[in-house]
Amino acid sequence: MAFRGTLVIDIERCKGCAVCTTGCPNKCIALSKMVNKKGYNYLEMINEEACIGCANCAVICPDGVLTVYRVKI
Amino acid sequence: MTREDIIKPENLVYRRTPVLTDNVMHYCPGCGHGVIHRIIAEVVEEMGIQENTIAIAPVGCSVLAYNYFEIDCIEAAHGRAPALATAIKRLYPEHFVFSYQGDGDLAAIGTGETIHTCNRGENITMIFVNNGIYGMTGGQMAPTTLSGMKTATSPFGRDTEIMGNPLNITELIAKLPGAYYVTRQAVYTPALARKCKKAIRQAFENQKLKKGVSFVEVVSNCNSGWKLAPVKANEWLEENMLKYYPLGDLKVPEGK
Amino acid sequence: MAKELKLMKGNEAVAEGAIRSGVDGYFGYPITPQSEILEHLMAERPYEKTGMVVLQAESETASINMVYGGAACGKRVMTTSSSPGISLMQEGISYIAGAELPALVVNVVRGGPGLGTIQPSQADYFQTTKGGGHGDYRLITLAPASVQEMYDFVELGFELAFRYRNPAMILSDGVIGQVMEKVEVTDYKPRWTNEYIAKTFPWAAVGKPAHRNHNIITSLELDSLKQEQVNIRIQKKYKECEAKEVRYEMIQCEDAEYLFVAYGSSARICQKSIELARKEGIKVGLLRPITLWPFPSKILKELSKQVKGILSVEMSAGQMIEDVKLAVECKLPVEHFGRFGGIIPTPSEVLDALKKQIL
Repeated sequence: MAFRGTLVIDIERCKGCAVCTTGCPNKCIALSKMVNKKGYNYLEMINEEACIGCANCAVICPDGVLTVYRVKI
Repeated sequence: MTREDIIKPENLVYRRTPVLTDNVMHYCPGCGHGVIHRIIAEVVEEMGIQENTIAIAPVGCSVLAYNYFEIDCIEAAHGRAPALATAIKRLYPEHFVFSYQGDGDLAAIGTGETIHTCNRGENITMIFVNNGIYGMTGGQMAPTTLSGMKTATSPFGRDTEIMGNPLNITELIAKLPGAYYVTRQAVYTPALARKCKKAIRQAFENQKLKKGVSFVEVVSNCNSGWKLAPVKANEWLEENMLKYYPLGDLKVPEGK
Repeated sequence: MAKELKLMKGNEAVAEGAIRSGVDGYFGYPITPQSEILEHLMAERPYEKTGMVVLQAESETASINMVYGGAACGKRVMTTSSSPGISLMQEGISYIAGAELPALVVNVVRGGPGLGTIQPSQADYFQTTKGGGHGDYRLITLAPASVQEMYDFVELGFELAFRYRNPAMILSDGVIGQVMEKVEVTDYKPRWTNEYIAKTFPWAAVGKPAHRNHNIITSLELDSLKQEQVNIRIQKKYKECEAKEVRYEMIQCEDAEYLFVAYGSSARICQKSIELARKEGIKVGLLRPITLWPFPSKILKELSKQVKGILSVEMSAGQMIEDVKLAVECKLPVEHFGRFGGIIPTPSEVLDALKKQIL
């Protein structure tokens, strides 16, 4: 069964640790070159098409930045 | 399929648990405390026990844990969380009580309370976050600091001849008759975090059985204290910490 | 109903008072001369009678922190110890005061400093009334002079502790702890229910119901401006306590030309000294502070207008005398007499001291 997923990223909560990026199986996410109000390079989706909504990123995010949605396709 | 097609309530698979407050945690970027807090809060949410759970926060980096759990919390004196938890559980035996401590709190200044609480078999859950360093006070040597590891008070590396040996307190606890379930977990990969959640769930479920302490060590990172970037710190953890503190169950209830 | 009288030790009276007044939990560690408290509690099996929790902890440090935990949850919890053990508890007591929680601590004082002696002493007055632990806090301090008061002050101590959300201390000594006297005991009172606690003490950490935010019990406030406000609030509470809770007893003060000030077992000795003095025509009275903090300064100032001199009698090198001098603003001679290291002064010794130092 195939899935499509996506993330809602709470940019201001993100501390740019990048731990989540190590958990992503499809390299969908990376730190932005932009910074949030605290000065952190926040997370952004760089390959939204490849996201399968596995929530791996969210379960290792220390700051509860991510909300994950997925649909069967 | 557009993003808007996917972001619909019926497609939600993961969101921040409401058993955490909205406060942004004060922990450094990439710190394991955030993940461990979240796992505990998710377990409390999934078990539906928020109304009768009482948390004990320690002294150390997680001293402010009470700002993040949407749970009634008490902040203990340094090392004494298990003493508080003992009294609370005995006075409210039907409540779920958990203590949350770091290595300095649980395995140095609070060793007496830790050992005796476990030995008495108090019917509580103890969460022990081991990152081998005193984070809050600026990265000094902890009881669990590895041999050769550099800290602010072992600047040339921990010399066990002078500074003593790293303390594997979880192994000691597993030997005590009052300890019912003892396990060592980590949270730096998605698979480990999911496994850790199962262990913490088990540790809370065990309170219903009234058979003794359920003790969960989580080997974690201290990016600031270790002076490593978060991802590098997790690699260092895997290569070094796990050799001395291997993951897995140390004591499992019979029949499990 | 007929009065129920029992012959018991002061220490046993504390235990009995705790069971009968509906205390929820006792956490303690053995130390002479107060071990009978824990022994009596264990022998009486209150967990079967009232549901009271009794636990022998691994140390005084653990005991006081168990008390901190129980107090944070709105329960009536207490510990007891003697001087060295109380020293070990000071950090915990400061936390309880800082977190504004009610709790009861009993100190059956023995001689110090250090391991000192197991014999009676009153040398923990400074520790009790001037701090002991760190930070600006006070202990509401009750000083029993009889076994009956050991019994009664358990309930009174909790009443005051809950009224001010502050730890209370019964400052006793090895004499009052060990002596046997007749005690009129009260009926067993039921312990508070969890529902009552949750309803009556909205601050207590009892589990967060859906209708309120989570309760946090802490003494930590990193923002200095807020920490100052915490201190201001606590000090305001202490002012109120000073205005309302002073307790004392006056014995033969009506015609007194001289005055003893003494608490606890020293007050008992002074009563005998008064008899001896009056036989010799020396008109001396006694002011017995029952609350050591708040100290009965006002009445002492009043009495200082009437008497020619004051002897502060305490089994110490002279601690309470500082509060006596402050109260009377050094407008008349104030001297200290005491034996220490576990020696109990005799009534004639006290009288001799009065003659030599004051008359």
